[in-house]
Amino acid sequence: MSSNLEGVPAREHTVSSTFPAPAGALDRSAGRARVSSANPPPAKVPRSGPMADRLFGLAAKCAALLTLALLIGILISLVMGAWPAIQKYGLGFLTRSVWDPVQEDFGGLVMIYGTLATSAIALIIAVPVSFGIALFLTELSPAWLKRPLGTAIELLAAVPSIVYGMWGLLVFGPILATYVQQPLQKLLAGVPYLGALVSGPPVGIGILSAGIILAIMIIPFIASVMRDVFEVTPALLKESAYGLGSTTWEVVSKVVLPYTKAGVVGGIMLGLGRALGETMAVTFVIGNMNQLNSLSVFEAANSITSALANEFAEAGAGLHQAALMYLGLVLFFITFVVLALSKVMLQRMQKSEGKKA
Amino acid sequence: MKKISTFAATGLVAVAFALPAFAQDVTGAGASFPAPLYAKWAADYNKATGVKINYQSVGSGAGLKQIEAKTVDFGASDMPLKDEELKAKGLVQFPTVIGGVIPVVNIEGIKPGELKLSGAVLGDIYLGKITKWNDPAIKALNSSLNLPDAAIAPVRRADGSGTSFLFTNYLSKVNADWKSKVGEGTAVNWPTGAGGKGNEGVAAFVNRLPNSIGYVEYAYVKQNKMTYAQLQNAAGSFVSPDDTAFKAAAAGAEWSKTFYQVLTNQPGKDSWPITGATFILMQKAQDKPAQAASVLKFFDWAYKNGDKTADDLDYVPMPPTVKTAITEEWVTVKDAAGKVISYK
Repeated sequence: MSSNLEGVPAREHTVSSTFPAPAGALDRSAGRARVSSANPPPAKVPRSGPMADRLFGLAAKCAALLTLALLIGILISLVMGAWPAIQKYGLGFLTRSVWDPVQEDFGGLVMIYGTLATSAIALIIAVPVSFGIALFLTELSPAWLKRPLGTAIELLAAVPSIVYGMWGLLVFGPILATYVQQPLQKLLAGVPYLGALVSGPPVGIGILSAGIILAIMIIPFIASVMRDVFEVTPALLKESAYGLGSTTWEVVSKVVLPYTKAGVVGGIMLGLGRALGETMAVTFVIGNMNQLNSLSVFEAANSITSALANEFAEAGAGLHQAALMYLGLVLFFITFVVLALSKVMLQRMQKSEGKKA
Repeated sequence: MKKISTFAATGLVAVAFALPAFAQDVTGAGASFPAPLYAKWAADYNKATGVKINYQSVGSGAGLKQIEAKTVDFGASDMPLKDEELKAKGLVQFPTVIGGVIPVVNIEGIKPGELKLSGAVLGDIYLGKITKWNDPAIKALNSSLNLPDAAIAPVRRADGSGTSFLFTNYLSKVNADWKSKVGEGTAVNWPTGAGGKGNEGVAAFVNRLPNSIGYVEYAYVKQNKMTYAQLQNAAGSFVSPDDTAFKAAAAGAEWSKTFYQVLTNQPGKDSWPITGATFILMQKAQDKPAQAASVLKFFDWAYKNGDKTADDLDYVPMPPTVKTAITEEWVTVKDAAGKVISYK
């Protein structure tokens, strides 16, 4: 066993010997250590059903390949469906802001902007709030409150998105319009740029509402991942830090966060992925207006998913449908890029981690 | 692997053999506007005859795609196909029921039916040219009303829909600017307004936003007691939306010539100007004559026994003369050998 742990920093060694499972499950380098530290395979015992083994192996392989085939199939069918639009507009589609089904003239800029802007707002709100929730649950909360609060937050994730949409439209929208937008408009009336940023009819729908609803929807995801990874920070490390006289904030920012950053970034990316792809709740509150004349956060806008949900059923065959397919393809690539970026980010972090060590 | 594929093959074979047993059951797909009615008709028909009619409310566009691909036995659309399109696609269409699209408003102090609008004014509101309720053009139609000096908040459908098609088709007929700038369609490039999803989305916006205007289907206005506006029709008189106004609009159309009838801006002093029928589409040359016969039998039954159900659900049944014309049209539905499919 000890020979297998060669090359693993001493810190990891101590940690994983005290708290083997959690540390291994979260920290990548520790994970690798755990794999390599597995007991050597036992001497081969003659098996009664080698055929069953092979069959199972094949079945598992098939399942994995099927996923890959599905992914490629979806990509191919999207490209094929979008082909007329790709041929006509090329990459210029991404920068055109026209969307006129009657004249059959399409561009995706409005929807792409809407998707990115709402997701950005959602992240800006959700990340600090989730961090606060996770911090409170792991470090500050009295023990009796931990479970009910944690369960309540996880329950938020179980609310169907259409319910969020209806709530956003009927309850949250009016509140936002009356208590946030109108006071802001009064306050900022006549102020250049800032005034324009909050202009628009006081209806409580638009980019900001959609962003806030999305934030509420992704908070449980990010918060529960953050809580889980915070919880597995070895008590030994935290207690050492406390013992040296650190404050709670210092422990969290200097010990817990560096230790768990891979998990934290993973949680945020999970939330971002959900925000980018969310359809129903956004459709209800974004206003579904194809315009970019006003960048006000209270002005109705549109998002990729919302345009797809609204127009696909009635879009006739031809350019309209192809343009919608093209939008779908764009969303596919956006999520792909987000995922790829997060992987790259994680790798970078691990590299710098290695250097420090 | 082998086992799995054998299983799958067995399953497929089983399904293939099982299908003919349900030959009488028919599947349709399309418009969402008549879906509640078709569902009720199907349930009643099932009770009466034991035949199952399966209707999927997937939207007119999707319904058209499915009947063209022959994946369903009948398609349904709120937007009629032109005769030459029908010919090119080898389809036959016939109307089932009539409905209307109604402008609804939310202005403090204005009761249902008090506000009067003309098509030109309605178009200018949705073009963003008329922006206040006390605009002279609106005041000229409503001298007795005290309209507020407030910005109009137009609301429209965000999703592609037959309702939007009727509305924009009407505006194109009565407002030249609308025709050149926006045009007609299930989804258009709206110059202004917030988009609600579905009738319920538009209704929610209108109910919530002060000084808003929207348009929804008749059944929705009636069931939710919304504040509708009177509209000036082609004959120049102001009418309120109700069954008789829709029937008057339908009566004026020349159904015997073609079923391609968009009933907007119809002549007649009682006609509601934004009226439209919803349509069924079928393949003319049938590969599955038994299915086609089941479809025709179902609609034959519905025309004979379904009027009351339609009334209850706030749809307007077709006039008797039109029903006769429809059954006459059915002789164009033939099987592969060119034999007329009998539904009797």
